Parts: sequence; structure tokens; C-alpha cells
Amino acid sequence: MPEVITKDGSIKQDSWVVVPRPEDGESLNIPEQPALIPADLWLAGKEHFEGRDDIGVWFDSHDEPEILEGVVNELPLIAVNFPKFADGRGYSIARLLRERFGYQHELRAIGDVLLDQLQFMKRCGFDSYALREDKDASKAARALNFFSQGYQAATDTDVPLFRRRAS
Amino acid sequence: MYVYDEHDRQIAAERVAQFRDQTERALAGELSEDEFLPLRLQNGLYVQRLAPMLRICVPYGMLRSEQLRRLARVTRDYDKGYAHFTTRQNVQLNWPALEDVPDILAELAEVEMHANQTSGNCIRNTTTDQFSGVQVDEIVDPRPYCEIIRQWSTFHPEFAFLPRKFKVAVNASEKTDRAAIQVHDIGLQMVRNDQGELGFRVHVGGGLGRTPMVGPVIRDFLPELDLLTYLEAVLRVYNRYGRRDNKFKARIKILVKALTPKGFAEKVEAEWAHIKDSPTRLTREAIERIQGYFTEPAYDALENATELLASQRFDNRQFDQWLSHNVDSHKKPGYAIVTLTMKKTGTPPGDVSDTQLEQIAELADQYSFGEVRVTHQQNVVLADVRQDQLFELWQRIEPMGFATANLNTLTDVICCPGGDYCALANAKSIPVAESIQRRFDDKDFLYDLGDIDLNISGCMNACGHHHVGNIGVLGVDKKGEEFYQVSLGGSSHHDATIGKILGPSFAQEDMPDVIAKIIDVYVDNRKEEEPFLETYRRIGIEPFKERVYA
Repeated sequence: MPEVITKDGSIKQDSWVVVPRPEDGESLNIPEQPALIPADLWLAGKEHFEGRDDIGVWFDSHDEPEILEGVVNELPLIAVNFPKFADGRGYSIARLLRERFGYQHELRAIGDVLLDQLQFMKRCGFDSYALREDKDASKAARALNFFSQGYQAATDTDVPLFRRRAS
Repeated sequence: MYVYDEHDRQIAAERVAQFRDQTERALAGELSEDEFLPLRLQNGLYVQRLAPMLRICVPYGMLRSEQLRRLARVTRDYDKGYAHFTTRQNVQLNWPALEDVPDILAELAEVEMHANQTSGNCIRNTTTDQFSGVQVDEIVDPRPYCEIIRQWSTFHPEFAFLPRKFKVAVNASEKTDRAAIQVHDIGLQMVRNDQGELGFRVHVGGGLGRTPMVGPVIRDFLPELDLLTYLEAVLRVYNRYGRRDNKFKARIKILVKALTPKGFAEKVEAEWAHIKDSPTRLTREAIERIQGYFTEPAYDALENATELLASQRFDNRQFDQWLSHNVDSHKKPGYAIVTLTMKKTGTPPGDVSDTQLEQIAELADQYSFGEVRVTHQQNVVLADVRQDQLFELWQRIEPMGFATANLNTLTDVICCPGGDYCALANAKSIPVAESIQRRFDDKDFLYDLGDIDLNISGCMNACGHHHVGNIGVLGVDKKGEEFYQVSLGGSSHHDATIGKILGPSFAQEDMPDVIAKIIDVYVDNRKEEEPFLETYRRIGIEPFKERVYA
């Protein structure tokens, strides 16, 4: 079973699988186990998944999270893909899901997820991280906690440092 | 200037520990070269032609004497005993060893310095006018706003992996723009609206490099309290929609052009509407708190030393020249702004030795309340010098090489490190600067020519700002040989303009002649006191072409 890092740096096992976007002409294969499917496909056929509480969605970095406005909390898990670690669009997607659309459940970073992105991901609202397999998960807790505070408000705190200083 | 509190100190210390950890993992092979690349770049560390290069941040150009002394020590202990002032008010070391960098950062952190975000695809050092706070015609001191932007942009979790680098500049003078804001990704011009309220005119999408552009205005007036939320909206739109498929089309200027300035502005406004009242909105108290660090030093109550200076000028022609060119007027009676030139012919523009750094520190302590400012023209400013001490100061700096009275003249060249040092460069730039400086060594002739910006870059990346030089020189590579393309008519000021290419490029040895011919055309055509740029604008590029390619 794959390992996933949680926000406090611990490692949990789970069985969510990412269902890739089907090629043209192919149909979406939904497995029996907990599955993440492309967000637009879930939205287009969401009545088919009623009764299953183990279906979530994933966004690619160029996708628009706006399509799920109003329905995000019907999902137990949303994942955002980082196709390359240098692709920073996923951070904006995460903040929008959390801060604008009020998403309450688990938000997972998938794809090219490396140790040094974890602190940024945590601040932008991700609470689980599918660390790339060749990376040492035992170092995640340290990477998540290099900094004890940040200057800005983000998803993790709505009080920027300039407001904390004032109080 | 700004002084760290316990929060800043803690963040700085944690950053040093983090980079030490990253370096150790890189050296142990746990991070591939590709993976370490953005991490070291975000810490200003390049791997260059001959050795790594470390770019140290000088927030909006401000340095205290203890910081200068520490820089001197670092260059001695970890480098070859010299440093380089960059065209973005930062400092570079050219020869540090990778494994020493964490120790260098620890030494710098002790004096509240760092190398955060001096490179990489993130928000870089915010720059401003080197005369901020002391000049006569400014709307307000822009440095507190630069510091507010510095804090907001430091390790911003959403914007650490942008499509490309991102540079912000702030200007608060109505008449001049020494910060070249219109060729920045975001240029903020401080203004007052009709009600007298303070705010910013926002330019987005200016820049140099391969596709030089003057940044269009996307908002005429942004109230000051809305600064950070609006920046956040601009950055979010860029982060989401800026191109990532082609490095050469990834700057925000390409996005602004593609959407049109109006279309881009609408997208920003739509995003901003959601976040403008978020806790990121500045408070009056927060601004005042930062402004509290930029209060005036303990000026003496003085009269202008007009008579004294007049007699000193009369007695000494060199002092007179220096005073005319390298000293500017100050908002306080009896004080003056002195620019120390780092452009002595024969030394690379912006290079300073460890001893010179210590000399500058000494001068700052003795004559200017212990502070200096680095300029984007690679010089150093003592902002608060008593007029009655100018002569004594001049006598001291003359033998140090800081009194070359060529400020803003043709030989006050802006120049990147070029092919002698930089791995990206197509051609050398420093020898070209030097050959031109040698050709124009007649001071009277130089002064007669007046202000001319000569800017030289060794490649398309345009670190020498060649597009906005009145005369711009760009090094190009033709089948392994170095050639130089010349452009005319650029400006980085309020009338920001991208220069026009004169024609086919020239060999290095021809460059002094080419510049001399351009100058001849100017001298032949100018009317009275007309500066080079105005003559060029009046007569156009043709007369220059005819003479140079005759």
C-alpha cells in the first residue's frame, strides 16, 4: 500500500488510487477501491457515484478549480497534481479550494512531490502529501517544520505577521 | 533603516538551518542536480563558468557600516577578497565554495543579511531610488513600502515556483525615476489622488531581456492599504496563467501582452475583488510601524554652506568638477548627497575589494550616520553628508578611487560581469566598457557631452540594461566570435523607452570608434544645452547610421 505523509509529518498507509484521464475514445474505469478521478469527469457524471463515499477527484496543474465551486464538500478527498516540482500552479489551486470555496476535507498533493515543497504545501492548505517514492519519508517531519512562522497570511493562518506584531 | 525584531531574526536563523540541510542533502546525493537547482537559486547561488556565484540581498540598496564590514570579512575569508555591486542593488561574490555557503549565510545572518530570493523563479529583491528619504521632490519615503513588500514576498508559500523571475520596483519622486520602474514586472509609482490620499500607480509587464517592453499602467490609483492584496492578485493571475511551456515566453510581460493590458487588468480586478478585504490588507498601524524605522537621523540644524563651497570650488578645479557631478542636493539645509563612484577605468564596474568595503564603512560612520545605499548604476551613496565636510571627504576618497567625477556621463557605464565571469554571457562586457572609458578620458569633453547613459550587457538577459541605455551595447555570439550590437535612444526614466537597434554588429576592437562616431553626430547636431537623448529624438536614427556605417 502506498505511503502518504500527513501534516504533522507522520506516515499513513492508504489505498486511494489516482485514475488517469482516459485517452480519447476510452471510457473511465472506476476501480472497486477508493479512487480519485479527474475533477471535470466526476462533475459531469456525479450522479453515478452517489452511494460511494470513496470517490474523490484530482486536478492537474492547468485545471481550473472554479468548476467545483459549491460542491467541493461532497468530496472526501481532492488531490492536486504537481507534474513537475517547479510547476507552482498547484499552490494557487489549493488556496482557492480552501479559502474561496471552503473545502473542508482532505487535500492531497500528488505527482512530483519532494521534501522541500512540503512547507509551502502545508501553508497553502494541503494536509497530505504523496511524497515521490524515491524520497526519504522519514525526513518529512523536519522539512515540514523548518520554519516556526511565516510573514504572510495563507491557508494555515489568517493573521499575517504585521497583525501579530500589532497585538 | 529597518532593524530586525525577534520574528525576523528567528525566520533568518531558520532559513540558514534549512539551507544547510538542503546543501548537505545535495552533497550527499539525496537531491539530484535538477532538484537542488531551484533551491540553491532561491538562495542566490549560481554555478558559474569558473566557480559558484553567490548573490547577497541588499534590500532596496540599504547597508549599514557593520554590514559592509561583515561583507569585507566574508570576501576575505571565503572568497578572493572582492565583491561586485549588481545592477539590482545587490552584492555578488564570484568565488565561494558550495560547501562554505551555509557558513557564509550564518555569518551574514548575524548582521541581518541574507541571500533569499536573489535568483530563481520567485519574487526578487524590491528596488527603489537610492535618494529615497533625502531628496527634495519625493511624495513620501518609498522604503517602508519596499520593506513591507520584502516581508510579504519572503518565502511566500504560493509564489515560490512562478513561471519565471519576478521583480518589483518602487519610485516616489515626481520628476525623476532612478529605479527604472517601467522596465520591471511590477513598477509602483507613488502618487497622491485628487483627495490627497496616498497610493500607487501600478505598471505591470515591463522588462528587458529578449522581449523588452515598457510596462503599461493597469491601475491608475491603488490606495496604499491595498498594496499587498493587489500584489497578491497580480501574482496569483500570473502564477496560474503565465506560460510555463517556453522559458523565453514565461515573463509576466508576455501574459500582459497576450491578454492586452486591459484584459489583464480585468482579470486582476476580478481576483482582487475576492481578497481585497482579507487579513492581508495592510493597516495604518502596520505601515506606521515600519515607517518608524525610516525616521530622519539626528541632523544638525545647519545653514547651507554656500560661501564656503564657492571658495573651495574656486580654489580647486577638480573639487569643483566632483561637486558638480557627484554631489546632489539634499532636502535638509547644510547637507548633501554624495555618490561614490565604483567605476574607475581599468576595474570592472561595480567591483570593490575587501579593503574598499571597509573604507566605505569608515566613511559612512564618519560622514553619513553609518549608512550607505547601493545604486542600480553600481555606485554607492552617502546620503547625509554635511556640506562643510564635503571638501574633507573629497580629499579622502580621491586616493581611494571613489571620486571619479564621471557620474551620469558617458564613462559612468552600467555593465554586467559579462563573459569574463558569467556562464550565460555570449560576450565579454567589461573590456568593452574599459576601452570606451579609455577613449573618453578627457574630462572636459565628457562634461561638455552632459548626461549620457551607456549600458552594456554581455547577453540577451540584459543585466546591463542595454535596452534602456541612451546608448546600449549588447554582446552577441556569431559562430563562436564575439560581436556587439548597438542601440540608441533608450531611457529608463519617466519617459521610459526601449532603444532602437542601429544596424549590424561590430567587432570588439571597433567599439571605441563606433561610440566616438555616435558622439560626433550628437555634437554636430545638438542645439545649445540639448542632452544626447533629446538630440536623438529630434533627428532620429538615420544620421547616426550614415556616419557609423559610412
